[in-house]
Amino acid sequence: MYNKGTIIPGLIIFVLIVTFPIWFNGLKAGTLPKPELPPGGEKKCVMPVEYMRANHMQLLNQWRDDVLRNNDRIVVMVEGKKYRKGLQMACMKCHSNKEKFCDNCHTYTAVKPYCWDCHLTPKEAASKEETH
Amino acid sequence: MDKQRRKFLKIAGVTALAGIGAPALIRLTSSTALASEHGAAESHAAEAVHGAPVPAAPPGVRLGMVIDMRKFSEQPEMLDNAIAACNDAHNIPQFDNRKSEIKWIWKAPFENVFPTESSYHLAKNVEKADFAVLCNHCDDPPCVRACPTQATFKVKANGIVAMDYHRCIGCRFCMAACPYGARSFNWQDPRPYIKKYNKDFPSRMRGVVEKCNFCGERLALGQEPACVEACKGTGAMVFGDLNDAQSEIRQVLDKEFTIQRNAELGTKPSVFYIV
Repeated sequence: MYNKGTIIPGLIIFVLIVTFPIWFNGLKAGTLPKPELPPGGEKKCVMPVEYMRANHMQLLNQWRDDVLRNNDRIVVMVEGKKYRKGLQMACMKCHSNKEKFCDNCHTYTAVKPYCWDCHLTPKEAASKEETH
Repeated sequence: MDKQRRKFLKIAGVTALAGIGAPALIRLTSSTALASEHGAAESHAAEAVHGAPVPAAPPGVRLGMVIDMRKFSEQPEMLDNAIAACNDAHNIPQFDNRKSEIKWIWKAPFENVFPTESSYHLAKNVEKADFAVLCNHCDDPPCVRACPTQATFKVKANGIVAMDYHRCIGCRFCMAACPYGARSFNWQDPRPYIKKYNKDFPSRMRGVVEKCNFCGERLALGQEPACVEACKGTGAMVFGDLNDAQSEIRQVLDKEFTIQRNAELGTKPSVFYIV
């Protein structure tokens, strides 16, 4: 092999640079996010936890199409309590802290959903409360 | 060899003749059917205002509104209340400059609301009146046809021309298509200009078009639209199903003479005015 002396150290340096994010964090994925459980103590969601963890975005899209397009605004009943389909009207009623619930995982996985461009977080809504 | 060529020429000639003659023959034999079709089209055209055939009104619920301007000229502050109720219900921002204005229901003078009606020697009260204008929720909405992403569409269940802001790309084709100016564009983030939030309704973001939704979210709760509720008891705004002969709105329409905005465009508006 020609130029062994430069190629092999070069390759080693290259691999080290490429894998920098992995070994720099000590071969760990960082502290896993722990989204806050509903502060009100609700135990049951509209769907099982595993389903919600994996598919909440599909469910939200389904609700969006139901409400806006199919005129299907029926309420969802969870443990005898009624909720109107919607991010602001159902989800955030229990998971009332967007920063501690939504952002927790979204920041960790570096996803930036655009829900809150239009939808109001409970905090934002409370900042200009309707007085009547 | 010679014989074959002669045969080929004969067949080619007959085929060519048949090809040329066939359309003429079909036209001749089906002339009676064509004539009756033409007649039907003409009788349809007679019904239409500008020549296009008018299909029957679609079945099912078709929500509409009657605005009685006589009541509004008696109590002009009622319209302000109706507009304020809408603004509160839908998180509508209030801008100082008219370019950025967001309008779901707003005021306009007679000659702007009914540009094709003569405003020559108008009655004094009509001349001075502020008309309540909003989206007409047309049966044949031009905005829906113009939208390239189906962000605006007609809800089949009730005839509301609704919007899905998630899909709107802000191209503003719908604004160009709407003959009523019922659509507004968010030139800037509306949030800082919303006075108080209705926490059950979202705001919009910069770069989307918005309009009146006939309070679809309130109807689902069994309530009337916010503007109608604001003038409750006066009959200034009557809301209901245009296809239901027993509905309050039909009682009013059967009794009173009403006009629609730019009816000659064939959009078939669902908002009627008693002037």
